[in-house]
Amino acid sequence: MRSFVLYLAVMAGVTYLVRMLPMVLIRRRIQNRFLLSFLYYIPYAVLAVMTIPAIFYAAGSWYAAAAGFVVAVLLSLRDRSLVVVAACSCLAVFAVELLQKL
Amino acid sequence: MREENSFVKGIKDGLPICFGYLSVAFAFGIFALANGLNAAEAVLMSMTNVTSAGQLAAVPIIATGGKLIELALSQLVINLRYALMSVSLSQKLGSSVRLLDRFLISFVNTDEVFAVASSQDGTVGRRYLYGLILTPFLGWSAGTLLGAAAGELLPDIVISALGVAIYAMFIAIVLPKAKKHRPTAACVLIAVVLSCAFTYVPVLKEIPSGFTVILCAVIAAAVMAIIAPVGEEKEHA
Repeated sequence: MRSFVLYLAVMAGVTYLVRMLPMVLIRRRIQNRFLLSFLYYIPYAVLAVMTIPAIFYAAGSWYAAAAGFVVAVLLSLRDRSLVVVAACSCLAVFAVELLQKL
Repeated sequence: MREENSFVKGIKDGLPICFGYLSVAFAFGIFALANGLNAAEAVLMSMTNVTSAGQLAAVPIIATGGKLIELALSQLVINLRYALMSVSLSQKLGSSVRLLDRFLISFVNTDEVFAVASSQDGTVGRRYLYGLILTPFLGWSAGTLLGAAAGELLPDIVISALGVAIYAMFIAIVLPKAKKHRPTAACVLIAVVLSCAFTYVPVLKEIPSGFTVILCAVIAAAVMAIIAPVGEEKEHA
């Protein structure tokens, strides 16, 4: 347990510093247009990179995952809320995996 | 400029994140136990880190008795994107946010919290942010506990279906914005192409995934920031 606490302290410390330092130290408004634009685009880029292709490996089979992906895309384009999109996407995966078992 | 500072609105906006985290944390709880951690350790890790990818990477390192420097580097690389998000979110904070608030709020600056806070019109205030981070933090912790304690009871098929939940949420955050703002769509497209290249192309795919996320996102965002800089009117769009 002692060594686990050490591991925990190291990982939590690194993760917190990475998040905390920029928020505490960089407090004045950034004026640079490139930097502002870059920071505007970053979240969308990060989320896109993390989602694709990872989502296709997130279920039991790639086509079950693909069904979830298609449902999520269609509902998102209709501006449905996060919960609705996530729930319907999971149901689609569940339905396809259920069909596979029959 | 308008400052969004309602605690109740924060809670409302945080709940979908909370639900998303429940399932992901649940899966993490199962994963942690399968890799030799106990329930207390898994929950402690979730409460002190609040990061899915970082925790997933840490479990095998801890389980195999890896070096502390290896653990530290893996967390630094995988979580470096949060530094960018903290810089970005720092620009969004209203005048009600004090220094102490920054120390606390940054602790739960996750991808989803950041995305939701960023998507608000105008600036965001301290009460809104505390409302926003409260339920995701609880959901992340409780989900890990549930997964560690009772995960074995659910059939695989349910757990497998819940695996796409977090990605579906990401899609629901990105696509509505991409639909309205073409350069954002272009940025997403570049990011996706790069991500696939770093997953499937020989040599490129050898690069650790934590690095890949940073590299692809930085390239896509930098290219679009040069081609289509966001003007005043789009800055908080």
